[in-house]
Amino acid sequence: MKKKILFSLKSPYREQLDIIGFRFGHGKKSLAIVGAMRGNEVQQMYVCSRMVQALKKLESEGKIAEDTEILVVPCVNYYSMNIGKRFWTMDNTDINRMFPGYALGETTQRIADGVFSKLQGYEYGIQLASFYQPGIFLPHVKMMDTGFTDPEIMKDFGLEFGIIRKPRPYDTTTLNYNWQVWETKAFSVYANATDEIDVKAADEAVNAILRFMNNRGIVTAKTPPGYITEILNEGKTKQIQSEAAGLFFRTAEIGKTVEHGDVLGMIYDPLDGELVAEIRTPVSGTVYFAYNNPLINAKTVCFKIIK
Amino acid sequence: MCEIVASIPLAVNENLIIQKRRIQNGKSKTRLSLVTGTHGDELEGQYLAYMVGSYIDEHIEQLDGIVDIYPALNPMGIDSITRGIPMFDLDMNRVFPGTKRGTMVEVICSSIVDDLSGSDVCIDVHSSNIFLKEIPQIRISVPTAETLVPYAKMLNVDFVWIHDAATVLESTLAHTLNSRGTKTLVVEMGVGMRITKEYCQQLFDGVLNIMKELGMWLGETSPVRDPVISEGREVGFVNSDAAGIFVPYANFGDHVRQGDHIGDVVDPLTSKVVERVLAVCDGMIFTLREYPVVYGGSLLARILQPTKGGDAE
Repeated sequence: MKKKILFSLKSPYREQLDIIGFRFGHGKKSLAIVGAMRGNEVQQMYVCSRMVQALKKLESEGKIAEDTEILVVPCVNYYSMNIGKRFWTMDNTDINRMFPGYALGETTQRIADGVFSKLQGYEYGIQLASFYQPGIFLPHVKMMDTGFTDPEIMKDFGLEFGIIRKPRPYDTTTLNYNWQVWETKAFSVYANATDEIDVKAADEAVNAILRFMNNRGIVTAKTPPGYITEILNEGKTKQIQSEAAGLFFRTAEIGKTVEHGDVLGMIYDPLDGELVAEIRTPVSGTVYFAYNNPLINAKTVCFKIIK
Repeated sequence: MCEIVASIPLAVNENLIIQKRRIQNGKSKTRLSLVTGTHGDELEGQYLAYMVGSYIDEHIEQLDGIVDIYPALNPMGIDSITRGIPMFDLDMNRVFPGTKRGTMVEVICSSIVDDLSGSDVCIDVHSSNIFLKEIPQIRISVPTAETLVPYAKMLNVDFVWIHDAATVLESTLAHTLNSRGTKTLVVEMGVGMRITKEYCQQLFDGVLNIMKELGMWLGETSPVRDPVISEGREVGFVNSDAAGIFVPYANFGDHVRQGDHIGDVVDPLTSKVVERVLAVCDGMIFTLREYPVVYGGSLLARILQPTKGGDAE
């Protein structure tokens, strides 16, 4: 293992920002794994740190394939993590909306450029991703449909679901999208939590990435058996929104199989405690996203169901 | 008459409401919409909305048409000095056109677009953020330039910047409305979290002028300035390479030559100049940094180059 500084940025008042990468093996650039891009992505950083541990062991046992290099970048934006912010410390911009970056541009464009220049040329890329709303996910893998990456590859993760997302205009500046433009087959792995550590979900994500690496001939690793992944388009999943606002109580857990009409959650008036809405599923399927904040506004996505 | 354009219940005893005021007089149905407050830290448009509304109220007999004023598309952002929508990661101006069956923000954006569509002209007023000060200007993407530049010239701005279209900008309010046939001009002026009265006055004169040109204002108007158009010119970007405190030596609107010393980045701990900031090209400074603390990459100035073979104006 080689620990390297991939990119540095001077600060007027803090120690220099040094973005650290861990390289394993040597030779052809096979896989890059990126963790926290935002300051609250603690679970994403944790999964990467676990990958560093797993790869150290595999390397010491000679189980990394010949002519293969793997790069792990656990945390891009620890400056924000150390001060409890999600986005960039000074201007609140999102590094994951700055790709491919620009070396002569603004600060977060320079960070994106500095990191991206080290992430290019890999055959595969995996980003540990988080969602923009507070919520928990069934661990799954997702890819953006740019026409470059074969969705069938998602099956090698052995997660229950592989989801294909049609990119929207605002997705075109993310790492995942730009990786594919630069011909890296890119995937996002969702490991349930964001700003807290869910060890069980992290175990599942680590095993899924190791399974992928094993199936792709990057390492030789034994992992628990995975699922036969169901590949589906995100548009085919059912998004359920709250019709009322108030205090939110979830009654259905992620991963649960539900039938049409089942109650998934309740919303109560926050002041008088009256029940104002029951959230029922209009379809049968598996709950793969659940909102997890006690307060809920109307028109908030509170569940996603894979039909 | 004040109307609610969109309303969504919030968690505790409150609705998020987007409001507009319609001022109408005469028989004409010509409609001008003045919209602002998409970014909660941009306040120049707040004073402009007040100026336009109060002046028309006092001279209502001169109006022959409809003026719709939408002062706050992101009221929670303005209320909390938050650029985006509080508790929502995406910039509101990356969510348009929205959808009726989407999330809270998407539903609001969809209602706003429906309400604004059909205006003869829409003026979307932005300030800069807290970091930069901008000369009053209109920004237009290349595909809409032919249609919009004639209207931009009516608005009494100093500068019209025609920029390349980017995929990510397809989610803006202006792109959405323009693609639906509602001519929409994006104004940038001043600095975030502040009101620059002279700029508001300048644009106020422009709003009355465009109303006159549209045939919906019968009253007196002031002459408007002829803006510099960026077509055929390059814009030079001056970014900091060092971290420290930026101290400008040039002023906003100055005409500079390439290599001119326009500022320093200094280190308050070591008392050293860590970067001498030089103009990257000849031209006029139309953007200048307001907020002194800088990192490598922080934008310090934008310079509009003269036309090829011509002098800086």
